[in-house]
Amino acid sequence: MFDQSIITKLQQISGKDQVLTDKADLICYSYDATQKQYLPDVVVHPGSAEEISQIMKLASENKIPVFPRGAGTGFTGGSVPTAGGIVLGLTRLDKILDIDEENLVATIEPGVVTAEFQKTVEKVGLFYPPDPASLKVSTMGGNVAECAGGPRCVKYGVTKDYIIGLEIVTPTGDVIKTGGPTMKGVVGYDLTKLICGSEGTLAIITEIVVKLLPKPEAKKTMLVLFDSIDGAAQAVSAIIRGKIIPTTLEFLDARTLDCIRQATDLDVPAAARAVLLIEVDGDREFLDKQVAKVSSIVQPLGVVETRVADTPEQSEALWQMRRSISASLRQVNPDKFNEDICVPRSKVPDMIRKIESISDHYQIPIVNYGHAGDGNIHVNIMVDEKTPGDHEKAEKAVFEVFQGALELGGTMSGEHGVGIMKAPFLDMELKANTIDYMKTIKRALDPNNILNPGKIFPSDV
Amino acid sequence: MAKLKKLEDYRDEIDQCVKCGGCRAHCPAFGAEKHEGRVARGKIALADSLLKGDVELEEKFLLDMSQCLLCGSCYSQCPNKVHTEDIVAATRREIANRKGLSTFGKGVGTVLKHQGVMNLLAKGGGAFSKLLFKKIPEQSGLRLRFPAPFISSDRTLPPLTSKPFRERHPEVIPGDPDKPTVLFFTGCGINYMYPDSGEALLKALKFIGVTVIIPKAQVCCGLPAVSAGAANTVESLAEENLAVFQQNKYDYIVTACASCHSGLTQIYPGMGEEFNEFRDKVKDIFVFLIEQGFADKLAQLPKRQDQVKVTYHDPCHLRNHGITAEPRAILKALPQVDFVEMEDAGTCCGLGGTYSVYHYDTSKKIGAKKAGFIKESGAELVATDCPGCIMQLQDSINHADEKQRVVHILDLVAEVLPE
Ligand SMILES: Cc1cc2nc3c(=O)[nH]c(=O)nc-3n(C[C@H](O)[C@H](O)[C@H](O)COP(=O)(O)OP(=O)(O)OC[C@H]3O[C@@H](n4cnc5c(N)ncnc54)[C@H](O)[C@@H]3O)c2cc1C
Ligand code: SF4
Ligand code: SF4
Repeated sequence: MFDQSIITKLQQISGKDQVLTDKADLICYSYDATQKQYLPDVVVHPGSAEEISQIMKLASENKIPVFPRGAGTGFTGGSVPTAGGIVLGLTRLDKILDIDEENLVATIEPGVVTAEFQKTVEKVGLFYPPDPASLKVSTMGGNVAECAGGPRCVKYGVTKDYIIGLEIVTPTGDVIKTGGPTMKGVVGYDLTKLICGSEGTLAIITEIVVKLLPKPEAKKTMLVLFDSIDGAAQAVSAIIRGKIIPTTLEFLDARTLDCIRQATDLDVPAAARAVLLIEVDGDREFLDKQVAKVSSIVQPLGVVETRVADTPEQSEALWQMRRSISASLRQVNPDKFNEDICVPRSKVPDMIRKIESISDHYQIPIVNYGHAGDGNIHVNIMVDEKTPGDHEKAEKAVFEVFQGALELGGTMSGEHGVGIMKAPFLDMELKANTIDYMKTIKRALDPNNILNPGKIFPSDV
Repeated sequence: MAKLKKLEDYRDEIDQCVKCGGCRAHCPAFGAEKHEGRVARGKIALADSLLKGDVELEEKFLLDMSQCLLCGSCYSQCPNKVHTEDIVAATRREIANRKGLSTFGKGVGTVLKHQGVMNLLAKGGGAFSKLLFKKIPEQSGLRLRFPAPFISSDRTLPPLTSKPFRERHPEVIPGDPDKPTVLFFTGCGINYMYPDSGEALLKALKFIGVTVIIPKAQVCCGLPAVSAGAANTVESLAEENLAVFQQNKYDYIVTACASCHSGLTQIYPGMGEEFNEFRDKVKDIFVFLIEQGFADKLAQLPKRQDQVKVTYHDPCHLRNHGITAEPRAILKALPQVDFVEMEDAGTCCGLGGTYSVYHYDTSKKIGAKKAGFIKESGAELVATDCPGCIMQLQDSINHADEKQRVVHILDLVAEVLPE
């Protein structure tokens, strides 16, 4: 616990009610979805960029670490206060400042919840595509900081593809703007893209300028069951070669299907060894044609069954299989290590086979599903932490999964970022001089190393 | 002996929470005040810390634990099906254990003591007529819901009846011998505040010819006491009701109150084996009526020209247990009803056991949101299946300066049945 005078100053900046120091309050801001827990010394909920600027100056003077936090749904510990200090809760900055229907641009604060933003723009016929599974709770600030992605990204791209400008507070307390509301802009470095995915280590985002699209009129869902993962993977390439880019191309592997068969009464034929959940969107009159075309393209590739939804209820029923995964997995084993590797699309079957052999070697269930369209695989290593040895086995398996992904030209993380969870593995993927280049940027922008220290880089910057 | 579980019995349940934060989208308490201590995830972290001895029963801890409606909205959407409402209730009992009942929820200890209440009532006046309030037994949940000194004066309350429902009828109302016999568990809300809904239920049951038993010895289900952390009260109420259930002969126990339904089917079975045999007999009145083919009978009545627009509010304690279709099916079958669905029909009304007493401001915020959805639906009437919700929804609508009336579905059913 640091000086009371710091607390007093924080209270002067943001108001007494916005500064929390009671143990019960600190506990509530000590974790994220990694379930790792570190107590901060104080939690502050600032109400403006100006307040944040003052807080950063105070923190710089006193070398106090500051940990920006959105909704705390991160999967890599990005918002967890690993070194005590200040948790900077950004959820009070939750206003949608402007929706410019003429230029298809919105300006919002970082605490806006992703789904709320989507709902609001959709009311005026516009569309913000990135759809992380956590969107009902995650904040747009957290999405930008992690460059979140989701099923729709195969067609529409990830968060950074929609962020064209930012207002940020630098680690030393300056408030600056990057980019702006124009679709083009090449004056100076692209700082906007630098901040996207920087995991709260380079700046605190206080305003976001977002590019929007017209909302597609309709969508149509189909579920295709294959007799092998190779068939499903070939289908993905064939569909894209056929000049159809579905909005969603989710796959479930054989072991995921086994879990679903065990845990639910959903109809999964025994012959099915892989499933693709496919959604196409666009003008209503084209959708039936697209679905028919997809069906005929995939037919020769070992299709066991094709189900097409004609109503929203039927579509929901098809999604049921995808949505049942999480609960089904828990019946296999209570605890899971959840990784989100990404490999070139065509390498998905190779990767699945590698993972199957890792699973067999360590005798622990590993189930895979994810975004087949962009090769992003959610690898779920299922263990029971209460069983001695399980934890260690899982750690070894994680390492081999990363190794496998890298050998195939992939990456350790497609969506969730590095944070503290993948920091120890950073040099597996990045060359020393690349890491140095990054650290140089971090040192230059955050000379006191106070903004989200201990994240991304395994050792001191 | 009926025994409620202790906080340490929830160790495994607590460990099931993976901190995904999904509950932030569904918790009404968090929706009203966006502090992590308000949401299920935060409360579970706090309960965990308490068990590990990492936190004391400090003021903020008590506040967070009191800021929960026990509505189970978190549970119904939780990927791991963590029963936060049970964990919070157990934590409240733990608090009451360590610090005495009155620590938690201010006046709860006082209202339970007969003499104390009466004195306070005499001094402070209160929302209800003193004479009528005297009729309510000291352990009734209504006393916890309306500890008079804490009831805000701008709150709309239904008048208390001068003749409670159960005093109006014989214990057995015989029906057709070929039809089942049901025990009507009235609950305090219908007995003291909304006896007309009880009459409506009798009319419906008479219409289909079932025999109804209304035991005079039945008492409050105990749910408000669960909310208050008053373990002994819950346990003794449960035992009294158990005796009633054991002494009578019937095929089903019907409720017309979501809270009672939840008390009988969710809370009691956790208190001892002896309650299990009754759990499966308990039926919400609309589930029972649907099973008896009542909706078809209603559908045969000629549709009215002058239909009213009616929307439905899902009481949390029915929604959590999957009872959403039956009340709607009855409403849709009614000849005078033009049914419209409102947005988020399943979000909590904001009453939450004793919550609205101690946190009337946040309770009002939650209610205001609901009132907005009701308005947008265009309905003139809001029908539901829980006296507590009726009271809270009407209060919220009045505060929003709107005109919609809130009724029990049974009231609408009675309108179309012959005398
Ligand atoms: C069930 C579940 C499903 C998920 N599904 C997906 C998915 O499909 N795709 C995906 O990409 N991710 C997913 N995630 C991960 C997570 O939801 C995302 O990373 C999300 O973007 C985090 O948002 P948040 O508001 O919770 O941020 P937090 O977890 O609070 O913070 C995340 C990081 O952002 C930083 N940060 C937050 N706000 C700011 C700000 N204003 N300025 C600067 N830095 C900031 C923090 O310091 C931290 O490093 C999922 C998580 C869960 C629990
Ligand atoms: S209670 Fe359920 S929804 Fe909430 S954080 Fe825990 S696991 Fe997630
Ligand atoms: S029971 Fe209701 S109020 Fe309590 S934590 Fe769950 S959702 Fe929130």
